[in-house]
Amino acid sequence: MKITLNIWRQANAKAKGALERYHLSDVSEDMSFLEALDMLNEQLTAENKEPVAFDHDCREGICGMCGVVINGSAHGRYSSAVPTTTCQLHMRSFADGAEITVEPWRAGGFPLIKDLVVDRSAFDRIIQAGGFISANTGSAPEAHSVPAPKLESDRAFDNATCIGCGACVASCPNGSAMLFTAAKITHLAMLPQGQPERYSRVKSMIAQHDHEGFGGCTNIGECASVCPKQIPLESIAQLNRDLMKSLFRREGK
Amino acid sequence: MVSLVATQTLTVHQKAVRSSVAMKALMAVTGIILILFLLMHMWGNLKAFIGAEAYDHYAEWLKSDILYPLVPKGWFIWIFRVFMVASIVLHMFSAYVLTMRSRAGRGRYQRTERRAQTFAARTMRWGGVILLALLLFHLGQFTIKWFVTGFTATSTPYEAIVLTFQQWYMVVLYALFVGTVCLHVRHGVWSALTTLGANSSPKARRVLNITAVFVAGLLFVGFMAMPIAVLLGGIK
Repeated sequence: MKITLNIWRQANAKAKGALERYHLSDVSEDMSFLEALDMLNEQLTAENKEPVAFDHDCREGICGMCGVVINGSAHGRYSSAVPTTTCQLHMRSFADGAEITVEPWRAGGFPLIKDLVVDRSAFDRIIQAGGFISANTGSAPEAHSVPAPKLESDRAFDNATCIGCGACVASCPNGSAMLFTAAKITHLAMLPQGQPERYSRVKSMIAQHDHEGFGGCTNIGECASVCPKQIPLESIAQLNRDLMKSLFRREGK
Repeated sequence: MVSLVATQTLTVHQKAVRSSVAMKALMAVTGIILILFLLMHMWGNLKAFIGAEAYDHYAEWLKSDILYPLVPKGWFIWIFRVFMVASIVLHMFSAYVLTMRSRAGRGRYQRTERRAQTFAARTMRWGGVILLALLLFHLGQFTIKWFVTGFTATSTPYEAIVLTFQQWYMVVLYALFVGTVCLHVRHGVWSALTTLGANSSPKARRVLNITAVFVAGLLFVGFMAMPIAVLLGGIK
């Protein structure tokens, strides 16, 4: 198949960027979207032009490294029949002769580095603010000594599947990272091991979230609709409940 | 970054109190107060169907001896007005702060496809600003009487609504006002309850959305019944 790509090119954070138009022929419909970008980059390299910079790693939809906005939706969710990461989006999702617009994640909390690459270290700092449990090192305790209720541990697992790709932020009309933060809050709040730090965690993670320049949630639901791991919007309500409860507690005072 | 957030000297607790989530809770609570007021206001308007005497007596009662003898006669309405103005001001304040943060945080794309956003959600901010203008007109017309629309300053409340809504363009303007309110309420009810944590499962999400549509629809029908009855001659 033949496709036309309109790709955002920007040399660095300070440079002025613009969409540039590229034509690709002999694209296989079995290629992933990243493989099509690889193909374009080989073509550009052969022409002695600067290849398009984009993030990627496992290409199995589990690492959270890749992610671009394709035809106006994060990970090309608008073009795909199923929730997906960019690496798992196949070219058969597009018609032969399609014109495809490719842009980087755009949000106040994700400064652009180059072309389609943005700096997502704000997510690391939100996790560092409390997205963990504190445990003494030593031999691991016997797993069955701490019972975890089935329904809660299922929810914890579902929320733990967040790969931190940032699609929620990229698709949010407020540039909010609430779904990402809520996934981690819900994951740890559902498990017995998460309880001791539950309320200090939510306070410090929200504080860091806001400090990073992400906007507030207005319950629109764009985030959950593009999430490759289908983190539900309900997780944000869990975060809201925990935060409101935490305001009546002494942690962090 | 709005200066309210996170200077290094604040404790984690203080940052959480000033966070977007806490600010949203303030917006949700004040919004729910305003929606409860609207439901009560709508109910009161329906008195017009009983007759002039019932309607005027109700209007009179609001300003006379509610809460008497706990407070002197006529005080209740002023306590209530202060409470309502405070709710509106806090609602607008939280909306302003959160909007400014979101403006700074959101990205601008060459192309955007929305998958989940409703028209009601998309129009919350500008809709809110338009509502403020229409609210001032509404209060100026019927409460403060800065200007009158077909009635006189000495008209009874019943005469004021009948003479106003006998003019078709006042009914159209009112429908625009009520329609904008209901659009705001459609996303507002869902969003406020979710912000306060009620969205606990996919089923809860459906119930909250149905509730939001129901409340918005009820308000539209309830508020429009009286002006349309006046226009069609059912109330005179």
